[in-house]
Amino acid sequence: MQEFLQHLINGLSLGSIYALIALGYTMVYGILQLINFAHSDVYMVGAFAGYYTAMHLGLSNSPGVGTLIVVLAAAMIACSILGLAIERFAYRPLRKAPKLNILITAIGVSLFLQYSGQNIFGADPKVFPNILENTVLFTVAGVDLGSLDVAVFLVTIISMFALHFFIFKTKTGKAMRAVSQNMNVAAILGVNTDKIIAMTFIVGSSLAGIGSVLVGMKYPKIDPLMGTMIGLKAFVAAVLGGIGNIPGAVLGGLIMGLSEEAVVAAISSSYRDALAFSLLIIILVFKPAGLLGKYRVEKV
Amino acid sequence: MKKIILTLGLIVGLSGCTKKSENEIRVGHFGSMTGSDATFGTSTDEGIRLAFEEKNAAGGIKGKKLKLITMDNQGKAEEAAAVVTRLIDQEKVVALLGEVASGRSLAAAPIAQAKKIPMVSPSSTNPKVTEVGDYIFRTCFIDPFQGTVMAKYAFENLKLKKIAILRELSSDYSMGLADYFTKTYKELGGEIVADLNYQNQDMDFKAQLTQIKSKNAEGLFIPGYYTQVGLIARQARELGIKVPLMGGDGWDSPKLSEIGKDAVNGAYFSNHYSTESTAPAAVEFMTKFKAKYNKSPDGLSAAGYDAALVLLKAMEASDLSSSSIRNELAKIKNFEGATGNITIDEKRNATKSAVVVKVDGVNNKYITTINP
Repeated sequence: MQEFLQHLINGLSLGSIYALIALGYTMVYGILQLINFAHSDVYMVGAFAGYYTAMHLGLSNSPGVGTLIVVLAAAMIACSILGLAIERFAYRPLRKAPKLNILITAIGVSLFLQYSGQNIFGADPKVFPNILENTVLFTVAGVDLGSLDVAVFLVTIISMFALHFFIFKTKTGKAMRAVSQNMNVAAILGVNTDKIIAMTFIVGSSLAGIGSVLVGMKYPKIDPLMGTMIGLKAFVAAVLGGIGNIPGAVLGGLIMGLSEEAVVAAISSSYRDALAFSLLIIILVFKPAGLLGKYRVEKV
Repeated sequence: MKKIILTLGLIVGLSGCTKKSENEIRVGHFGSMTGSDATFGTSTDEGIRLAFEEKNAAGGIKGKKLKLITMDNQGKAEEAAAVVTRLIDQEKVVALLGEVASGRSLAAAPIAQAKKIPMVSPSSTNPKVTEVGDYIFRTCFIDPFQGTVMAKYAFENLKLKKIAILRELSSDYSMGLADYFTKTYKELGGEIVADLNYQNQDMDFKAQLTQIKSKNAEGLFIPGYYTQVGLIARQARELGIKVPLMGGDGWDSPKLSEIGKDAVNGAYFSNHYSTESTAPAAVEFMTKFKAKYNKSPDGLSAAGYDAALVLLKAMEASDLSSSSIRNELAKIKNFEGATGNITIDEKRNATKSAVVVKVDGVNNKYITTINP
């Protein structure tokens, strides 16, 4: 029982990390129908922004809530600026081009960030500073619940609700949905589409920034290629839950985390990545739009 | 269009004829200067450079200066093969030094063997490395011995009767060391209660560690490389696994305690040498190293220094052709290096002692020396 509970907690904690990154993928897709492959590398840059800020301000060895806020803010700002720049210089010139062109550009931007990262930050892993002490919050049936695991889970759930509220209850969110349905009509009706799309990227990228700091705290090893695998998994999670659907991304992430934990615990670590992608194929065979996604027939 | 072709041709032509001075001897070093075990490559290179500089300051070999060409393989086996081909074909090296990780030495060795260029590995411990062919040497002990050392230490000194193993599936080094450890430990009468594995890029090890915890092991043996060992140690402590952690020479890096923090303190691992060694050759090496780099050398720097010295000694006795260097390497006997006495045996391995050290912050406390 104790072992099962521990596995459950491990899986949920891993899954909420996938979910947090998946939220960024799903949001940009929901508005622009663009799979932003650069998202996982924006996430990597966020981790390094946090790292250098902490080093520069001499905060690397003074854990506390203040440090967390500073590092989190630095990562979010860096990611927003980067996301904005990518949108402005890589995607906006292609807005009238076929969707496939933007997709390929996204892959290009992703590779550009990865390898510039290797040049600028160096290819050897850095140790992420200790910014929040991991303490045991409470013990359930002999299983410790650490503050980090709880923090990651809570942040993911809060982000999910905040994002949902933002898109469905605010004026900007309404404009976003309008742009998502028909960009031209939205523009005719007075929506500043460029501004709304830029806004989408800012919000999506700050989510990557939050994710990067939380992952950095949990697994304190950061390197320029850290986004690749976690990005792929988060993308699978987003598709699993129905890409474009916000609660779906979280559901997908948690399913991924739990099933990976189950496979490693029951069979072997060799099947961990194979499982992630088999899961994707199976779900897509039976539910082409993902678990919570709606299948829309495009009228010609 | 013609112009472009002409320019391209010119560039190719020019880059193809970099001048190779007659008055220098070129030796290649391939190592992981970047990547997830970057301190392996950089530490080894520092040790090798120190040996080469000393030799050059003393007049080189037969009036010729030595030139060390270091190439980065990014910690990838396929890059190691590419880089070694380049060192041999383009840079025309007469001998090779490298690698630390056995997997990468195994990728490079068949190329060196096929081109008949002697290769000396400073610290690849998997037995298969020198089995590739008669041009492949090493100046360190091998895993059957290292595994025995840790198994004996765990069973006899730490008195642990039940041990769990967590090994890296894609690493020749980790798989080999885990097997040899298991063999000796079982012969001694110990019990392996769990034998689990992880992947090269993994960051989360909690699934494996949760299983290990439920098996009530008295110790945990992790024959991996320092970056992941640091993460594993942290997660083990987070799950409340309080038993001693043990490992091999792959743990030797200043980054281990940077990543693992308190979690790795008090862990034991087997290594090539200890900074607390009082042997004259080791003390001399440490003094020189500190004077040049202003820091304490880790075990891999010492191993790199020794490998370079052994190679230079063989080169001095040879006529500087690759086959003659090979023959002289095979004759090395009782060479007093920083990591101990080196004698190359008929299988081109070095027979020498290992030390067991205990992690204590960035320093490693010397515990004991175990002779073969």
